[in-house]
Amino acid sequence: MNHDISQILPEIILAGFALAGLLFGAYFGKDAVARPLLWLTAALMVVLAGVVGTSTDMTVEAFNGMFVNDGFARFAKVALLLSAAAVLIMSENYMLTRGLLRFEYPVLVALSAVGMMMMVSAGDLMALYMGLELQSLALYVVASLRRDSVKSTEAGLKYFVLGALSSGMLLYGASLVYGYAGTTLFSGVIITAQAGQTSLGMLFGIVFLISGLAFKVSAVPFHMWTPDVYEGSPTPVTAFFATAPKVAAMALFARVLHDAFGFAVSDWSQIIALLSVLSMFLGAIAAIGQTNIKRLMAYSSIAHMGYALMGLAAGTAFGVQAMLVYMAIYVTMNVGVFAFILLMEKDGQPVVEISALNMYSKHHPGRAAALLVLMFSLAGVPPFLGFFGKLYVWRAALDGGMIWLVVASAVASAIGAFYYLRIVFLMYFGADKSAALDRNRSGVLSGFLVASAVIMVIGIVNMFGVEGAAALAAQALVE
Amino acid sequence: MENNLLSIVTFMPAFAALILAVFLRGEDEAAQRNAKWLALITTTVTFIVSIFVFIEFDPANTDFQMVDEAAWLLGLTYRMGVDGISILFVMLTTFMMPLVIAASWDVKTRVKEYMIAFLVLETLMLGVFMALDLVLFYVFFEASLIPMFLIIGIWGGANRIYASFKFFLYTFFGSVLMLVAMVAMFSDAGTTCIGGCDVSLLTHNFGSETIDVFGFQIIGGVQTLMFIAFFASFAVKMPMWPVHTWLPDAHVQAPTAGSVVLAAILLKMGGYGFLRFSLPMFPMGAEVVGPLILWLSAIAIVYTSLVALVQEDMKKLIAYSSVAHMGFVTMGIFSTNQQGLDGAIFQMISHGFISGALFLSVGVIYDRMHTRDIDAYGGLVNRMPVYAMLFMFFTMANVGLPGTSGFIGEFLTLMAVFQVNTWVAAVATTGVIFSAAYALWLYRRVVMGDLIKESLKMISDMTAREKWIFAPLVAMTLLLGIYPAAVLDIIGPSVTALVDQYDTAVAATDAAMQTAEAQN
Repeated sequence: MNHDISQILPEIILAGFALAGLLFGAYFGKDAVARPLLWLTAALMVVLAGVVGTSTDMTVEAFNGMFVNDGFARFAKVALLLSAAAVLIMSENYMLTRGLLRFEYPVLVALSAVGMMMMVSAGDLMALYMGLELQSLALYVVASLRRDSVKSTEAGLKYFVLGALSSGMLLYGASLVYGYAGTTLFSGVIITAQAGQTSLGMLFGIVFLISGLAFKVSAVPFHMWTPDVYEGSPTPVTAFFATAPKVAAMALFARVLHDAFGFAVSDWSQIIALLSVLSMFLGAIAAIGQTNIKRLMAYSSIAHMGYALMGLAAGTAFGVQAMLVYMAIYVTMNVGVFAFILLMEKDGQPVVEISALNMYSKHHPGRAAALLVLMFSLAGVPPFLGFFGKLYVWRAALDGGMIWLVVASAVASAIGAFYYLRIVFLMYFGADKSAALDRNRSGVLSGFLVASAVIMVIGIVNMFGVEGAAALAAQALVE
Repeated sequence: MENNLLSIVTFMPAFAALILAVFLRGEDEAAQRNAKWLALITTTVTFIVSIFVFIEFDPANTDFQMVDEAAWLLGLTYRMGVDGISILFVMLTTFMMPLVIAASWDVKTRVKEYMIAFLVLETLMLGVFMALDLVLFYVFFEASLIPMFLIIGIWGGANRIYASFKFFLYTFFGSVLMLVAMVAMFSDAGTTCIGGCDVSLLTHNFGSETIDVFGFQIIGGVQTLMFIAFFASFAVKMPMWPVHTWLPDAHVQAPTAGSVVLAAILLKMGGYGFLRFSLPMFPMGAEVVGPLILWLSAIAIVYTSLVALVQEDMKKLIAYSSVAHMGFVTMGIFSTNQQGLDGAIFQMISHGFISGALFLSVGVIYDRMHTRDIDAYGGLVNRMPVYAMLFMFFTMANVGLPGTSGFIGEFLTLMAVFQVNTWVAAVATTGVIFSAAYALWLYRRVVMGDLIKESLKMISDMTAREKWIFAPLVAMTLLLGIYPAAVLDIIGPSVTALVDQYDTAVAATDAAMQTAEAQN
């Protein structure tokens, strides 16, 4: 028991901290403590990421296999904790000036991070659902954080209703799998199935589980909520949606597919490939007409999830490695882009219209250059890191024998390049007519923006060791 | 042998760009002057260092030389090197860049960014010609789109936005297909090394057995598919008819210096790609698709020459003439014999000087009159004798007058294709006549006649700076025209090796197919 507890100590600490923060906030000071609480949460997340990242390289199961602490889980945890911390720090100024910085905000983010950490370590369908719901419930609430805004409330409600539907599908799938395998443990499911009992019911269960998970990563055709929720939520919350939960959901996806259903790779890899190709094309085409940068980033994230799913569709350890690398790069880019979106203000009001970027480079050459790098990187144009992410998943898919998928994604990425170019075009080529955006002097946001752009350039030298870590993580998952 | 010379040449301009980006502040006169001088000095020094590369290079050795390598991501290698085919493209690039910078001395808007874009572009272009790793090549090849996109989009003409998007998306789409083939090659051969290492793509045999794709029998198999994927990229880049339509738009809208770089160097990446990848790696693909390409080239030569005849915009006319001249290049390459490849490389080098000079000539009068309409000019010879002489010289070189470098390239490629396909040669030769027609007619309308137009009465002849920019180009055009061995001796051994390798591969595959048929 003691041993079990020690495995989930990071989760316990973060959960305990969140609860303590909640109590403290409720009894003392209320929103006055929000700021220190936010910084404290971010700091704790960074510390935990450090602790998790440097801990032993062994695979340990706790609570009779409910909780798995392996290299894969640790990689995902480090990525999601760091991105959650980054987003928290980025949101401080925005939330503060708009009176949104309530003490619940960091608490909810911390709780959803706990949920995500549970998700990536889940070794059992029950644990999976627990983690997923903890994460989702916290996210539903932060989506509607701006209570007096119709759009924000709508975003939260929409997210909740559709999220509940997907949870229902997931649970239905889980119950089918339980019914046909006789156990909820991933390791038990795979053993039963390997004994030659892959039944039709089990396959149905897999399909429902995949549907539920596809909702969480916003893969087409389960993507409908994404643009509306991205648009309606306060921008820092959108930034959060675009980063940590995506990593967690994608990691959970990989975990379920390989740990529980590793016996039926040929069955699910076709489904994943289909989700992937639909996401890439819808993301690429639907984003073309967007004028709101948050909606645009929503479609962009749908397309990027398609690319990440390509790695999973390969069904190999290298595929998982490619997916992890892709997600790490994707999160880094998105942190930078959302830092930029948070910087977009005019007369103190946030601006989300792309047209406001007209001739941005004239007034803010440094930031414009950084966003230029990020946009080309998102489009997958070399020499930036985004290109290497695509190269990874393509190679994984080709090794998995899915040439058609690679060709399709090549076409999709050429289509998708258009809308990223359009932002560059506005910043650099436009006519100098409209009034300039505010000279937002937030050093933190500029710092994140520039750091993210610099990583996209310098990272091509050796990816800061992420490559090796991802390889180890993938090996831990796929024996 | 440890040798960093190539990497130094490649990254020197990028380093200067970084210095400009980080340390140069302000938009005033002094800052602009500093940016210009730093760019000019850097490109000149790069050229001087590249001369050392040229001296150290041994033409008799057909292997890759001065190889510089280091481990990289994803099991890839950072590997740079030159051989007889690439060395002259490297020299062409380093030679042209100082002239390009000097030609942009009058740029007024965003000078710092302008210089950064050109310096970065130089690094990327040099990288393309030196990269010995598949992915490294792709990175340079593709990244060169970004600065060019910005150059057209920021400093271009009135319709620059359409042109820059067309340029980017056209070439990007071609290139992603190539990337797919590259990843497939990586999977197939297990290496991304192009050459100069133990297991390399140049020596790897890609499958050439006939395969069945959706009911189509693909002769040449995997090789043909990969050839087509690479062709999609290089044909757009060259550009070949009928995917050339981005080029006239890009040329017309780009600033003068951008046009020069585009015509002189960027287009050559496509031809270089054919020589580096398509021929040696997919010989069966080239054998299967080659005849079609010969015809496409012949059509390109005639069709674009005819289109050039009716142009009213000078830059557009020269752009179409570029497409026609690139037709000679593809024709030479896919004749797959010694003269053809020699001629193609020669034509690319020579076209680099001549078309660069022609775009500079247009730039000279555009800077004075701010119009490229042919109708707006006439009788310039009365006020600009030096200009008239230089423009005459390069017009003649463009037509292929013996004694200029343009002649050698056209002659060699026509001779080569004559041995392979007489009809193609016959059609292409008529193109030479058309090219004389449009070039001379352009010259007559712009330079000859009486100076009637009021606006031209005060036009001034070329300044000393402009003359100095043209001087090296005149020298090179004459030198190569009179003494073509200067180029042919350097590329000769490598081209021979390439042709031998190609013939052996095709013969081996044919033999294997015959044995297979005999057994059936």
